Amino acid sequence: MFAVEAHNLVKRYKSVQALNSLNFTIDKGEMYGFIGPDGAGKTSLFRILTSLLIPDEGSATVLGYDVVKDYREIRKISGYMPGRFSLYPDLSVEENLQFFASVFKTSIEENYHMVKDIYSHIEPFKKRRAGKLSGGMKQKLALSCALIHKPEILFLDEPTTGVDPVSRQEFWEMLARLKKEGLSIVVSTPYMDEASLCARIAMMYKGDILAEDSPEAIQQMISGKLWSVSGARTYDILRYLRTFNTCFNIYPFGQNVHFQVSGDAEAVFQQIKNEFQNIQIVEIQASVEDVFLHLSARTEEEKEVLNG
Amino acid sequence: MKQFLGFFRKELIHIIRDVRSLLILLLIPFLMMLIFGYAINMDLKNAGIAVMDLSGDDMTHEITDKLLSSGYFELQDVITDPGRAEELFKAGKVKEILVFEQDFARKFHSEGIAKVQILTDASDPNNANMLVNYTNGIIANYLLQQQVSQFLPLQVQSSFRYNENLESVYMFVPGLIALLVMLISTMMTSISITREKESGTMEAILVSPLKPWQIVLGKVAPYAFIALSNLAVILLMGTFVFGVPYRGSIALLLGLCVLFILMALSLGILISTISSNQLMAMMISMVGLLLPTILLSGYIFPIDNMPVWLQTISSAFPARYFITALKAVMLKGLRFMYIWKEILVIFGMMMFFLIVSIKKFKIRLD
Repeated sequence: MFAVEAHNLVKRYKSVQALNSLNFTIDKGEMYGFIGPDGAGKTSLFRILTSLLIPDEGSATVLGYDVVKDYREIRKISGYMPGRFSLYPDLSVEENLQFFASVFKTSIEENYHMVKDIYSHIEPFKKRRAGKLSGGMKQKLALSCALIHKPEILFLDEPTTGVDPVSRQEFWEMLARLKKEGLSIVVSTPYMDEASLCARIAMMYKGDILAEDSPEAIQQMISGKLWSVSGARTYDILRYLRTFNTCFNIYPFGQNVHFQVSGDAEAVFQQIKNEFQNIQIVEIQASVEDVFLHLSARTEEEKEVLNG
Repeated sequence: MKQFLGFFRKELIHIIRDVRSLLILLLIPFLMMLIFGYAINMDLKNAGIAVMDLSGDDMTHEITDKLLSSGYFELQDVITDPGRAEELFKAGKVKEILVFEQDFARKFHSEGIAKVQILTDASDPNNANMLVNYTNGIIANYLLQQQVSQFLPLQVQSSFRYNENLESVYMFVPGLIALLVMLISTMMTSISITREKESGTMEAILVSPLKPWQIVLGKVAPYAFIALSNLAVILLMGTFVFGVPYRGSIALLLGLCVLFILMALSLGILISTISSNQLMAMMISMVGLLLPTILLSGYIFPIDNMPVWLQTISSAFPARYFITALKAVMLKGLRFMYIWKEILVIFGMMMFFLIVSIKKFKIRLD
């Protein structure tokens, strides 16, 4: 049995197609990541998997339970951390945790071992109102609240959005420890660099899954060498590269420009170096973000062709 | 049960932590009672009058004395020139002017007809009406005492049953209960449920195994207590401060109020299921319910005086039945069998609101 299994999931809102016939499976005990920018359909997908939304077409099961028919079972066994801050700001840290424990018919004492690792960070502030916590502490409290009833599967919708880099790092370490205890974890994030922490990832873009594999395999998806130009005037370099017929997959990447060359690369490099001073061109290993940019650009091109 | 208690506890914390709102909710009945009881007093007291006595005989003097000693009127001016009347009204000091014709007593005794004219400032029509009625009543009373009944083929004796002194506070107590119960039970519950939708916490509650009835009951129970405490304040202040009598059975009175509170809570739940945010819930409760409750329930304007189409609309508002039944029990001391129709209507409305809200309560997000 899979932790999650989805067949042709479709979700439409009035004017937008949020999910475009998704198919995927997630193994038990796996840490699985949905990576994609805002509007990719991640939240709609999570809401369907947690039984909060009904898909327009297709079906999905969570630990064997149908997300529509068996919603009561799913609500018992899954822990969900919604993307928006969903704690009560006027309740203290402890009261929030107590509340979520009680609605799942348990108590903090009974399942303390589940949250100890995370809750111990914020326990010194347990009398503080949740609204007055920092972003990182709020997120730890929200995770504690999602874990207090000992779920078998955890759905975390963009848990690290709006959290500082140190807390993000800490958070992923906590998830890794939870995974070791056998919990299946489904997480979504807009940060490509967090992809490498998942066993497998699905790259989402405008309701489609562009690619699904381990982060390592995904990085191998770019064929041919990938080059990075660093130096000033990113935009000028970008425009200049586009004048070459032999250069393709040109896009800005932070302060650099990434591109590929078909044919004689050295000749192209020489011309760039003549045009711009103080620049460096190095071959790089494609990152998950490179692959995402490639694939999303290709989808856009395909759409343009389709639409004439 | 543990789930429900946990939820109920959370709701209590929400209410207690929001000290300002809680204070307002608890103080409202005190303030409203004081305002309605003392400030907005529709009873007539010490209205300024002027007398233009063209006769100046014993009879006109006696009538004037009778009016002034009633406590309702206060003599501001005595005039002889009809032109002064306009001035006095415009200055606003005088609400009524009494004009006795010349040779009043003589005409009365010889011809059997004497004329007295009452001029009133009808820029406030209700007040003017009351002044005229009071004056008429006092003069009629004077004639009776004169033992001149042979001149009066018809004697009118009026008595105001159930509220002998026409105290308006008798009217305000039932109206105020209806108003506050609607305000707290309906508006506060609908706002408190939609607040969770708006803040995203509803998402977290829905994915828990909590059942809809637990969520709804946990939400309304604290407000039911606040409404009950307000009810107690109004009833106690009514009797101890303003001397409103409770002539009927107290159990029936309380039962009726509790039923109305339950109806209002169900209505609040219904509003919360159809509104997506707090503002919408508040607008529906305020504009859609509170205003009609004040205006159309017979609380301020008598229903019988309304055009038929407004009467039809007013019959859709539960407060109308509640106020009718409550007045019957409180002031007339009627028993259950006289108000069962009203009780049945309120109960029916409650069941309707409850069933629709349970059907409409979303166990999912959209």
